[in-house]
Amino acid sequence: MASEKTADAAIELADLQFGYERDADVIRIPEFTIAAAERVFLFGPSGSGKTTLLSLIGGVLVPDRGVVTVLGQPLSAMGGAARDRFRADHIGFIFQQFNLLPYLSVVDNVCLPCRYSARRLKRVQESDGSAQNAAARLLDGLGIDASLRERAATQLSVGQQQRIAVARALIGRPELIIADEPTSALDADRRREFIDLLLAESARAGSAVVFVSHDRSLADHFDRSIDLPAINAASGAANAA
Amino acid sequence: MLHSLFSTLSLAGKSLLNRRATALLTVMSIAVSVALLSAVERVRTDAQTSFSNTISGTDLIIGARSGELNLLLYSVFRIGSPTNSISWESFREISERREVAWTIPLSLGDAHRGFRVVGTNTDYFEHYRYADKRLLEFASGRGFVTATDAVIGAEVAAELGYAVGDSIVVSHGLGNVSFVTHDDNPFSVSGILAPTGTPVDRSVHVSLEGIDVMHGIDVPDGDVSNSDYAPQDITAALVGLNSRVAIFTLQRFINEYDTEPLMAVIPGVALQQLWGLIGVAETALFGVSAMVVLAGVLGLLTTLLVSLNERRREMAVLRSVGARPAHVFILLLTEAAILGLAGGLTGLAMVQAAVIAARSWAQTEVGIQLGIGFRPFDLYILAGIVVLSIVTSCIPAWRAYRNSLADGLTVRV
Repeated sequence: MASEKTADAAIELADLQFGYERDADVIRIPEFTIAAAERVFLFGPSGSGKTTLLSLIGGVLVPDRGVVTVLGQPLSAMGGAARDRFRADHIGFIFQQFNLLPYLSVVDNVCLPCRYSARRLKRVQESDGSAQNAAARLLDGLGIDASLRERAATQLSVGQQQRIAVARALIGRPELIIADEPTSALDADRRREFIDLLLAESARAGSAVVFVSHDRSLADHFDRSIDLPAINAASGAANAA
Repeated sequence: MLHSLFSTLSLAGKSLLNRRATALLTVMSIAVSVALLSAVERVRTDAQTSFSNTISGTDLIIGARSGELNLLLYSVFRIGSPTNSISWESFREISERREVAWTIPLSLGDAHRGFRVVGTNTDYFEHYRYADKRLLEFASGRGFVTATDAVIGAEVAAELGYAVGDSIVVSHGLGNVSFVTHDDNPFSVSGILAPTGTPVDRSVHVSLEGIDVMHGIDVPDGDVSNSDYAPQDITAALVGLNSRVAIFTLQRFINEYDTEPLMAVIPGVALQQLWGLIGVAETALFGVSAMVVLAGVLGLLTTLLVSLNERRREMAVLRSVGARPAHVFILLLTEAAILGLAGGLTGLAMVQAAVIAARSWAQTEVGIQLGIGFRPFDLYILAGIVVLSIVTSCIPAWRAYRNSLADGLTVRV
């Protein structure tokens, strides 16, 4: 029932407070919302609490106070296993680097989320017939040559690996894509190309995107750009390196 | 459910393959320990079977009074030397008792090129039974007819290359080389027995007349197959009864025999005693191999624990694609199960290979018949090692579980 009402907001944070140690908050956000299918650029220097915020949104960390609502579901009120399941079903992640399992082929890496989420598996079976087909289609869209699909993931270049990570995040059309500095290992030309591909593919999947970077020059690709220190009132964050 | 099991299996398998060098070493260390345990258990049961197959259908063994084990060893296993002898008169008196169905006299104490010489009469070939009450069979030739005929066991024939009709020289005493050989009285092989898997295979049988001939006693010429020759004494006798009910009565009669100190033992009881004696060594051996298995499993534990640190990133990636900490836990258990199973199977295969290689040696050198093929205890060992691997891996699995909870989706390396 609740999940039916979610269409209007991907993420809602209310009165959010979190610190790794007592009296040293890293995150203190009174209110913040990202709309469904919105593409948001979250800017913040190192130590401004970017990764912590993403962990809270991903349900890996639990806030000390306040409510994290993702797709209409109050994550902060769920148990650990339920948060894990919710994350597997609804959120695709892309990290800085080392996103892939070295011992799986490119296609198997892309299909990984379907192993752990029945919902995403069902979705790809409806849209493409199988996870493998969906992976192949996504890889095609991201410009990964068909001849590379069965290669071990780590034989590919960093740029290719990051595109494979995008395919993996998007498989089964999760409503939210969280990208944590995915371009930091790429050179400038590759960066633009990568972001264009990411946004095009996530638009096609209808997924909201939260893209985190310390590189402000990337902001103009996105619907909205947010300065994390501006919304984060935590004092501890500002002091951090 | 099945899908997720296969999914976990394939993931664990591929991850192990990615670390194949250490995985292979772990498998080998488990394999060696499993092989040792299985081999010890196999030799134990095969030895026990071989032992209890040595004699069958004999109700009492009679000899001069000494230890029960000693009597069993020299009369049946042809190990050690007899302490004293039984006079022929006593033997005859016992043979002629109502409850006695048959007797086999045994005259021991001589050897032929390292094989024991057994002096007996033709009753031996009629009444001696082994394994499941099987009688001796001739592979070629026949029993004794003259005083210098010899019937040799299958191994004697095979090892010394004898055929029916060959001449052999029997020496007095048990040594391989004896100063007192009687070249003027060579025996000739009249028959070769079919293999039995018992000490009979390693014996040279001659008539009681033949024993006396060897010792320079004159014996009447002629046929020795009518079993009525009376030597001065013999060393032991095997006795079969008409009814087993009489065993204890006859045993008491013999044990209390007043003309000379005699003793009668029930083969099964003496075998049990012998087994009890060997059992101590076996328990020790079994204990040692169990410890080796434990060492193998500790090796597995070490490998998994050491791998955890370098695999934190792998676990974080799995978490980020939706694996729950429980999945990570199960993944590690699955890996341990695969390693344990692979090690166990390799170990059992090694035992089979070793049995095939060592079979004829064990048969000839230690008289133990090793059987090829898997046994129920192999299955228990296999199941045991898999369960033990899984149980042990709960430690690294728990640590991985904790790590993946703490690390979340990213690892700060």
